[in-house]
Formats: sequence, structure tokens, C-alpha cells
Amino acid sequence: MHSFGYRLNVLLTFAVTILALMCAMASLSDNLNTPSPSAEIQIMNINWFQKQPQGNDEVSLTMNISADLQSLFTWNTKQVFIFVAAEYETPKNSLNQVSLWDAIIPAKEHAKFWIHTSNKYRFVDQGNNLRGKEFNLTLHWHVMPKTGKMFANKIVMTGYSLPEEYR
Amino acid sequence: MGWIGDTVDSIKSIQIRQLLTQGVSLGMIVTSALIIWKALMCITGSESPVVVVLSESMEPGFKRGDILFLHMSKEPIRAGEIVVFNVDGREIPIVHRVIKVHERQDTGEVDVLTKGDNNPGDDRLLYAQGQHWLQRHHIMGRAVGFLPYVGWVTIIITEKPIIKYILIGALGLLVITSKD
Repeated sequence: MHSFGYRLNVLLTFAVTILALMCAMASLSDNLNTPSPSAEIQIMNINWFQKQPQGNDEVSLTMNISADLQSLFTWNTKQVFIFVAAEYETPKNSLNQVSLWDAIIPAKEHAKFWIHTSNKYRFVDQGNNLRGKEFNLTLHWHVMPKTGKMFANKIVMTGYSLPEEYR
Repeated sequence: MGWIGDTVDSIKSIQIRQLLTQGVSLGMIVTSALIIWKALMCITGSESPVVVVLSESMEPGFKRGDILFLHMSKEPIRAGEIVVFNVDGREIPIVHRVIKVHERQDTGEVDVLTKGDNNPGDDRLLYAQGQHWLQRHHIMGRAVGFLPYVGWVTIIITEKPIIKYILIGALGLLVITSKD
């Protein structure tokens, strides 16, 4: 009843249970946080707009992205993954989401930023529907915790459109 | 140390009925674990409700040895979600983020492209020959939560099978020699 093995067993079980409980509480504490992020994206330039040999439209653009995501960080946050996606509709597809740029914000100090960049990933359509296309730019963020449940949300910015003709 | 002598004594004094009872208890424990696992599969809707991260392609978010909790709902797949998928011909599932989604008007089926956060390029190199997109049936679940470090036990057992045999041997010995 009081052997070494028995005591070790009880100790380990207790330790693991308490650890699991602490992780759960850490994760629950994230729900107390009410984030209020803000972002703004401007398209500075359409660099080029071509139809590829396979028949798909492709655009290269340069954007100005500024955002303040500091309110997303809690003590249980490991990093925040953000990305900007162009979202639009075509006759064949009810929804197209193409990620143009992403970044990892490792700490609260880096969460308020401004960046001037061309699209990191190719903006390619399935087909050639992009001439004159209106699209939304959405800034998505995924909060990755040190332990527990992950949160995600987004800001949708409307009113962007592509040129009528290829360039 | 007296417990070595005690262990030898207890092995000598094994009775058949006691041994059978302990065998049944062990069977009950294993079966309960299996029931819990299958129940989790039902609740989360995923074939594999918990996976261990095996590569560094999602660093610094997920490191090797972390475990991910998966959930598969009927909700459509959207960009940014971290999904676990199987490529035809590969047995190990991959955990990466969705970066492109094209959803059909009529059928609602999707073409999905994924990429590991820490990889320079997208996953087309990992897909099967000639495959450019993933479909919904390739995807086993979405990652909804995670615990760090806990998966190292699984990695060690898989990569050094001798440890698996040592562990099972030690557990078996413990069951046989315990008084209750």
C-alpha cells in the first residue's frame, strides 16, 4: 500500500491530471479577451495582368497593408498567423479565395505594422474571369495558443477591382 | 532492496484464478481505451481525432512532438484553416494550412491548395503525380486545438520500436506481479 511503486504511480497520475487541468484553464482564459483589431489595405499598383498559356488569368499587384492586431494577444498566445486573401465569385465557382500574402506575428510588439509588398503567392484564377472583376480583400488571423483552443477571425474589406483589359 | 525478493516471491505464488482475473482486468482496460478512442472518432467526425506533428513544416506554430485535436464538421473548407490530409499513396497524414479555395457553384465541391507555414512553396510537390488540388475527401479533419510536447511519446515509440517492446514487457510484468 505504501510501496515506492504505488506512491510513484499516484504521484504521476496526480501530476498529469493537474497539468491537464492547468492547460484547460489557460485555454479557457483566452475567452475573457475581447479583441478589437483594425486593418487597412490599399492596392498601390497593378504590376501586370496576363492570361497564362494554360488559359488561367494571373495578376501581380503591390499592396500597402497596415494593421493593429495588438488586442489579439493574451498571455497564452504563442503567435498570430495572418494572411490577406482575395475573395471573388466567378460563373463556375461560387467562391474563390486566393491567399496573396501571409506573415507570422510572434509577439505583441510586432502586431502593429505597416508593409509595402507585392503579392507573395500567385494570384491565379481557375479560368479567365478576372477582367474587370470586383473582389474583396480579407485580412484573416489565426491565434495559435501556447496550449488549447485556436481562434480565427477576419476583417473583410470590399470595393477593390481589377482592370478591364490585360496589361 | 526488499522489493526484488517480494517480486520473486509473488511470481512463485501465482495462482491460476488470480492470473485469469488480472488478465480480464487488463483486457477491460484495453477495451475501455478502445471504446474511448472510437467514441472520439464519432464525436469529432474524423478518422483520426488526435494526430502527432511529425515534421517542422509548420514551425514556429507547431513543433515536432506536439499533438493536434481534430474536428471535421460539414462546414465548407475555407482559406486559413489548418487541415490534416492524406495524399493517395502516402500513409502519413500531413498537417498544413489552406491557402487557396475554389468552390463550385453547382456541386459545392472544392479545390483546395495547401502550404506549410515554414515551407517556401506550396504543397503541389507533395500531391500525387498530376494532382494540382485537394478535394474534400482527402481531408481528415481541421485542427482546432493543440497540446505541446505530449506527442513525443508516440514519436519515440514509432521510431525506436525496441522501446515499445520494453514498455509492454514492463507493463506485463507489473500486472502479473501486482497483488491487486
